[in-house]
Amino acid sequence: MTTDTAAPATPEEAPPRRLSEWPDERGRYGPYGGVYVPETLIPALHQLEEAFAATSGDENFWQRLRALLNDFGGRPTPLYHAERLERGIRRAAPKEHGAEIWLKREDLLHTGAHKLNNTLGQALLTKKMGKRRVIAETGAGQHGVATATAAAHFGLECTVYMGAEDARRQRLNVIRMELMGAEVVQVEAGSRTLKDATNEAMRDWMGSYETTHYILGSVVGPHPFPMIVREFQRIIGIETKAQCLRKLERLPECVVACVGGGSNAIGIFHPFIEDIDTKLIGVEAGGRSPSPGDHAAPLSLGSPGVLHGSMSYVMQDEHGQTLDAHSCSAGLDYPGVGPEHSFWKDSGRVVYEVADDTEALRAFQALAREEGIIPALETSHAIAAAMRIAPTMPKEAAIVVCCSGRGDKDVDEAARLLAERRN
Amino acid sequence: MSRIDRIFADARAEGRKLLMPFVVGGRPSIDAFGDVLRGAERAGASIIEVGIPFSDPIADGPVIAQAMDRAIRDGVTPAKVFDAVHAARDSLSAGLVAMVSYSVVRRWGGDAEFAARAAQAGFDGLIVPDLPVEESAELQAAASDAGLSLAMLVGPTTEPERAARIVEASTGFVYVLARAGVTGEGGQMPEMAARIADLRELTSLPIAVGFGVSSAAHVRGVVQTADAAIVGSALVRRAEAGESVEQVVGELAGGLA
Repeated sequence: MTTDTAAPATPEEAPPRRLSEWPDERGRYGPYGGVYVPETLIPALHQLEEAFAATSGDENFWQRLRALLNDFGGRPTPLYHAERLERGIRRAAPKEHGAEIWLKREDLLHTGAHKLNNTLGQALLTKKMGKRRVIAETGAGQHGVATATAAAHFGLECTVYMGAEDARRQRLNVIRMELMGAEVVQVEAGSRTLKDATNEAMRDWMGSYETTHYILGSVVGPHPFPMIVREFQRIIGIETKAQCLRKLERLPECVVACVGGGSNAIGIFHPFIEDIDTKLIGVEAGGRSPSPGDHAAPLSLGSPGVLHGSMSYVMQDEHGQTLDAHSCSAGLDYPGVGPEHSFWKDSGRVVYEVADDTEALRAFQALAREEGIIPALETSHAIAAAMRIAPTMPKEAAIVVCCSGRGDKDVDEAARLLAERRN
Repeated sequence: MSRIDRIFADARAEGRKLLMPFVVGGRPSIDAFGDVLRGAERAGASIIEVGIPFSDPIADGPVIAQAMDRAIRDGVTPAKVFDAVHAARDSLSAGLVAMVSYSVVRRWGGDAEFAARAAQAGFDGLIVPDLPVEESAELQAAASDAGLSLAMLVGPTTEPERAARIVEASTGFVYVLARAGVTGEGGQMPEMAARIADLRELTSLPIAVGFGVSSAAHVRGVVQTADAAIVGSALVRRAEAGESVEQVVGELAGGLA
């Protein structure tokens, strides 16, 4: 863990906390984060905080996780130079411009996305806590599949909550989860997407935490979840850094990742957060338009509020009601975002941009055609931003894009959307 | 002395126990809501909890969450509920407590602004179920400045030291959760006497028990030891199905006799 800083003796003596050293003792990242949950969840969160804190000196735990990530998960994932995509960008770029594009291939991780890094970690924690059941929320289904996979590996009972609309869009993932023995509960409430699935998972946990661990899939929710998920996802950035030093013999000039809740972005950004010469760019889903209800870009277009147990940027109306989100990608279709991203936005250390549905679909096709890699629609938002940024940078510069997931799950939806655009 | 304090003090002096029904603000419609409050009072409610509709009420079970969702879809906003309460206040002597998610409090300009507006509307107290004791100091001060009580929640698995902090931070009454999980109708009521006795060691505040209290028999059981019984989901379910709140509250009040 990187967050174990001793509490200062008096506030006057406190040295300013570096960006890599949050959260504080109250689970806050500046004004964001914290714990806003019903009293019935407090004992569960305390228990989880203690169990996770106990892993910090537990070499055995981290060694076991590392072995599992390597042998079962397929880590380390490659850092791949996307030269054909890069050539295409350079042809249209100003002279001597068009940065190198490198992909951190989390899409090659077992189950096809970065989500497994976190679910294997939390499943191991579940075993450590002596619990026999896990629950999860899922949007695109990737976190649900990764949870079902970890549960099957460890022999844990597994229930996954999924919005009914998402279950329709991501049918393939529903089948995968069920094949691995998970029960998939389709949530009909509200907008029938990730936000509603998260409400249901939290409600389940309030009544079941004595035997059940809630494997939250992103860097959202009450403390200590954002911190735990980050710590399990940091492997992406740690590997990327080492691979860059080997292949580029320096750190990259820019790292780009898509942001829904923000777990792949936190994972790749956090190890770079003190390397101020590396520009960090998070990409939110611009959806159909910047109008309320048409996008999933709380950092770019929302305001601070409380959702799912923590303070962060949220898309909300003037009465404090959460707005529906929209994105072509189910995994980004969420009206909130992690508290640490909210803090990084305010600090200016990370720049958050938006790519809309159309740009994402174009990038989805470009990567497939130029590189033979079909990215997830979520990932396509990061690719789109990289394609926009690369021509503005000199060709000696390097951009690393977190290729957070593969797009097999999205081919039906993408085909439908592309046909819609042709008509 | 606040209205909530006085209602409990009078009841204690007369050896009475109280029924605190929970209704969703703006159901079945914003125009009919004043009549719902008056009906509940006529049927025996001493304090009425008014749930402020919120899009993502994680503490609430499916019955209340759905009723809130319907209210929001009908165009009910927190401001409209406040206006309806304001209009009904003079016709009521019951205490009125707003049960509101912290998200709404924050969006309305923060703790002080929200407490002032709630008091102006005629509320006597607040319950903010997703605001744990660690985060409650500022709202407690704001509520107190506005003359409102702020009842905090104690769960069935809350550690004793933590329970002591929670009752210390509470005003008006202490809200004791009969069981873990979200609001909703449980089968049997768990045994509450020992837990309530423990809490009485920690506080002289009145104790109200909710979560899973769904029939007159449950009410009767709860008020053997508690000062008040809170009925939420069972009432909301029947009201949403078309039964009159007054009639259902009257039936539940039978448990006080």
